[in-house]
Amino acid sequence: MSDALHPGHVLASEGLPTGIARADAERRAAGKSVHTEPAAVRIALVLVALAFLGLFIGLPLVVVFVEALKRGAAAYVSALANPDALASIRLTLLVAAISVVANLVFGLVAAWAIAKFEFPGKSTLITLIDLPFSVSPVVAGLAFVLLFGAQGLFAGYLAAWDVKIIFAVPGIVLATIFVTFPFVARELIPLMQEQGTAEEEAAVSLGASGLSTFFRVTLPNVKWALLYGVLLCNARAMGEFGAVSVVSGHVRGLTNTMPLHIEILYNEYQFAASFAVASLLALLALVTLVAKTILEHRLAEEDT
Amino acid sequence: MTIEVAGVTKRFKKFTALDNVSLNIRSGELVALLGPSGSGKTTLLRIIAGLEWPDAGEVRFDGEDALARSVRERNVGFVFQHYALFRHMNVFENVAFGLRVRKGADRLPEAAIREKVNTLLSLVQIDWLAERYPSQLSGGQRQRVALARALAISPRVLLLDEPFGALDAKVRKELRRWLRHLHEELPVTSVLVTHDQEEALELADRVVVMGHGKIEQVGSPAEVYDAPATAFVHDFIGETVALPGEVRAGVLFHDGKPLGLDAAGVPDGPARILARPHHVDLAPPGEAPFSGRVLSLRTFGPTRRADVEIAAGSGKVVVEAAVPLDLALEAGAVVGLRPRAYKVFAANG
Repeated sequence: MSDALHPGHVLASEGLPTGIARADAERRAAGKSVHTEPAAVRIALVLVALAFLGLFIGLPLVVVFVEALKRGAAAYVSALANPDALASIRLTLLVAAISVVANLVFGLVAAWAIAKFEFPGKSTLITLIDLPFSVSPVVAGLAFVLLFGAQGLFAGYLAAWDVKIIFAVPGIVLATIFVTFPFVARELIPLMQEQGTAEEEAAVSLGASGLSTFFRVTLPNVKWALLYGVLLCNARAMGEFGAVSVVSGHVRGLTNTMPLHIEILYNEYQFAASFAVASLLALLALVTLVAKTILEHRLAEEDT
Repeated sequence: MTIEVAGVTKRFKKFTALDNVSLNIRSGELVALLGPSGSGKTTLLRIIAGLEWPDAGEVRFDGEDALARSVRERNVGFVFQHYALFRHMNVFENVAFGLRVRKGADRLPEAAIREKVNTLLSLVQIDWLAERYPSQLSGGQRQRVALARALAISPRVLLLDEPFGALDAKVRKELRRWLRHLHEELPVTSVLVTHDQEEALELADRVVVMGHGKIEQVGSPAEVYDAPATAFVHDFIGETVALPGEVRAGVLFHDGKPLGLDAAGVPDGPARILARPHHVDLAPPGEAPFSGRVLSLRTFGPTRRADVEIAAGSGKVVVEAAVPLDLALEAGAVVGLRPRAYKVFAANG
């Protein structure tokens, strides 16, 4: 029946090449495929791509390390050992740790709710999760200043409780959480939606509680995607400049994260020191890249 | 264990998936819920399992209210349509899952878990696959893992949702026979959902034919095939030849002529005369109740079929009639059709 509908298929399976099949076979014999461009075009395309990558990504990366080490290793080490530099590294690590954990929890909860349940306002929530991607970080920072600043909406309460958010560490954490908000959730939602709820239903029907279903079935099924999201979230949290710059107040040794410290050093013409700290962030990027490649490999394996 | 479903209704927004359905399933029985997609059979199965809750009605296991218990507490073995195996666990851990999530006094010691899982894996004949992951298994093997996993919790009821739907024809037939055999060895009350009539008729002790959220007929495979209660069941199960007619005061007419067929108990109005193709004999055109022109003939294996065009009121209907292999018949010939065994239903029913 289905063969009758596809006469071409019948012919091919009987080993009687049609005109098209014969032409195809000849082309293949000549080492050419219909999907391949001439060698010159291929080489030109590859060269353009490589030149572009080298100019805009490779070269700047090299420059960062060259500038950082220009005055020698001793100067490099002393730039990093500077108390202000150390303080900025500590602050960056602290902020990244808090916002990664916060977004890990939030991302998991949001993705679970969106992928496994139907509820009113679901599409609004999905849109809101994407908001930080479409809003300029500076605007986000300003919004926090307007909410929590000295003249802000909650200024009275904050003063009464003697809590300082803007120009202090909590503001930096808030701004960073806002900016890195989507990474984990965006990574998990499509995967969880694709996996559906059948495995969870199976677990519950076998007697598992909600919590044990989550930890034994749902979480292991998304662990690589979750790690991937955390990795991207962390890289962005450590590198964030705009939003943090607005809320930080640039107090040396107190509210300067690494990106802010780099800018200050640069503006003070301390290029070697500035690039030394920058090289740490560049290194982070490289490590992230390697980890990302490994994770992508694992993710692809999971899919099969 | 017996299962009693009483007056169950389930709506999804505007769509009524189940409309006041009642059904009794006996202990140790293998029942098939058979129907086309959208007939509500899977919804009924999920309500019995506790994966879905009815808007009205009751479900009782051995006389006790099952709706008061969540799916966790019902102790049902559910085999999902696409198996829903835990993809990050190997076969052994998949089967052990139901034993490992038990708490407190119910929890078996590790050695007992291992022994039970190994016994189950040999029962479903896949003990050699214990270390494999679901993605490394064939469809039939996954099916067996799903079954072993469901049996691991010693379920009171085994529920199977289209268990062979995703398998190719040969494996399906093999597994079907094997499942029937397994059911005889391990007589757990079982409910199977399928849209494949062959599967239902071959496997089940009783068949529940469903359509449009209602139960059309409950009976043994022979009953639903030989004595369909409604036109829907006749159409759905087995091949059906539908001939047009009209009932006037208990007598069947076609094109203004009495047909000489029995229409006892059918109300006046348009009717459908339903028969199995092998119950419709070919006859000389003048002597049979129906006659028409042969449009085409097909032969496959031992059977030969003819499309015959019959005048029906203002239009025409084409029916498929069985033709003996040795009968000389060509397209264009006019033949008579005489149904030997048939059932008459009101056309709007």
